[in-house]
Amino acid sequence: MSTQVTFRIWRGEKGAGQLRDYTTEISSGMVVLDAVHRIQATQANDLACRWNCKAGKCGSCSAEVNGKPRLMCMTRMSDLPADKPITIEPLRAFPHLRDLVTDVSWNYDVKKKIRKYQPRKPDNPDGTWSMEQDDIDRVQEFRKCIECYLCQDVCHVLREHGLHPDFIGPRFLVYSAALEMHPADTADRLPDLKNDLGIGYCNITKCCTKVCPESIAITDNAIIPLKERVVDRYYDPIKRIFRAITGSGGD
Amino acid sequence: MSTIHVPVTRNGFGRTSRPDAWWVVPLLTFLGLGAFVVYVTWAAFQGVHYRFGPYLSPLYSPEIFGDPRTAWFGGKPDWFPSFLPFTPALLVLWAPGGFRFSCYYYRGAYYKAFWADPPSCAVGEPRKSYCGEASFPLILQNIHRYFLVVALIFLPILWHDVWEGFWFDTGFGVRAGSLILLVNTILLTGYSLGCHTLRHQIGGILDQLSRRPIRKQGYRMASCFNRSHMLWAWTSLFSVAFSDLYVRLCSMGIWTDWRIF
Ligand code: SF4
Ligand code: SF4
Ligand code: FES
Ligand code: FES
Repeated sequence: MSTQVTFRIWRGEKGAGQLRDYTTEISSGMVVLDAVHRIQATQANDLACRWNCKAGKCGSCSAEVNGKPRLMCMTRMSDLPADKPITIEPLRAFPHLRDLVTDVSWNYDVKKKIRKYQPRKPDNPDGTWSMEQDDIDRVQEFRKCIECYLCQDVCHVLREHGLHPDFIGPRFLVYSAALEMHPADTADRLPDLKNDLGIGYCNITKCCTKVCPESIAITDNAIIPLKERVVDRYYDPIKRIFRAITGSGGD
Repeated sequence: MSTIHVPVTRNGFGRTSRPDAWWVVPLLTFLGLGAFVVYVTWAAFQGVHYRFGPYLSPLYSPEIFGDPRTAWFGGKPDWFPSFLPFTPALLVLWAPGGFRFSCYYYRGAYYKAFWADPPSCAVGEPRKSYCGEASFPLILQNIHRYFLVVALIFLPILWHDVWEGFWFDTGFGVRAGSLILLVNTILLTGYSLGCHTLRHQIGGILDQLSRRPIRKQGYRMASCFNRSHMLWAWTSLFSVAFSDLYVRLCSMGIWTDWRIF
């Protein structure tokens, strides 16, 4: 069965532009990206949109569908109300390039700032490490990230307050957690997290968790545990006194 | 940190492209938490009708000073400043109150519902400036771990109240009030055991949990409760208020405590 659905798509360059209406036919099984491609093929050949895998794995087709950050290729038309126009806008938290495409390269720069993985000395004579699956399970969740940056887009610290210079955003708190909790890693990222990477800006509203297409429990499993580690180090007077007496750890 | 020029097109308070009723959840949170705070404050100032038979309202537990016949250390102490209001609840409520106020779940919820920071995900905010929890005053939320310690001390006391709630003048029995206190304490225990800070202290702090089998089991248990921390938070919130209401109305003679056996 097919129906006519109207899409309200943001058209324009470098932030200037407007929403334009396109009506197209939707048949069963279509996702939003299919509709965008159909509009591109039949009505707006110059409509810029980014995509790659159409399988929810490359993280390229991120956009705001009806105001919520989503992967266009994983958003089923059948899950959206077809009786009203469906808005499709570019990610709001990054510089706009054209139509549905934004420049997400800030994220690549942020990633470079995070201390690299520093493994302990190899456990075995052949230069390998031994790790228990139980210890690796926790960080494996974080490795599901496809870097779609939907979480960065929805996070109000970036989206609404533009604190990009001070806050790395949920994606890179997940990345930091994957390294910091790794059983073989020895680097210390807590001073960076507190000072330069801005973990204190997160006010745990869980919007990032809600939009993650990989269902990573960003706030509960990555951000809050990192916040707790920062509290251990900097904001817990009893632990500080204990460390001072026993000489363990340090700032 | 690298800088970026984003023409942050702030839309103003409440502006969004979301066509759904995004305001429903923050509104319910506002009403739910607001009603709880109003009721608990009112009940804490009453100072009467907090016991009925063997039941003690959880808002008044432990009764450190209060009714000389039932309180741990007798009536209102002489040294208690006369200009301060006194009820047994006011002496203890700071602890569970502070525990909930600084709980990670409630923080996220009331920042949205009471402070619109943000009003809901991807919805415009009323203020431009933002400090988050990076500086005063919200940096003080990090005190949560100390409230956790006090909350964990309260739990056995509440379980003792449950036990007492099954012993009547006629001996052991089960009445509606006994079960209400039991369910309330189960919910409070589930809420406390799912605390993020507890989960962290038990095992989250370690990168190689497999070397500490007991802590690993503790971490698993805390993680299990933690996954539905929000549910425990809300159900225990309502049950605490309802338990007080039940004891209060029974004590006032408005409700009859239903006898099961
Ligand atoms: S939980 Fe923290 S990181 Fe995630 S969206 Fe909210 S403020 Fe941003
Ligand atoms: S954490 Fe989730 S939402 Fe964020 S970039 Fe990774 S996959 Fe996308
Ligand atoms: S096209 Fe790859 S995630 Fe959508
Ligand atoms: S995080 Fe909710 S009680 Fe500690």
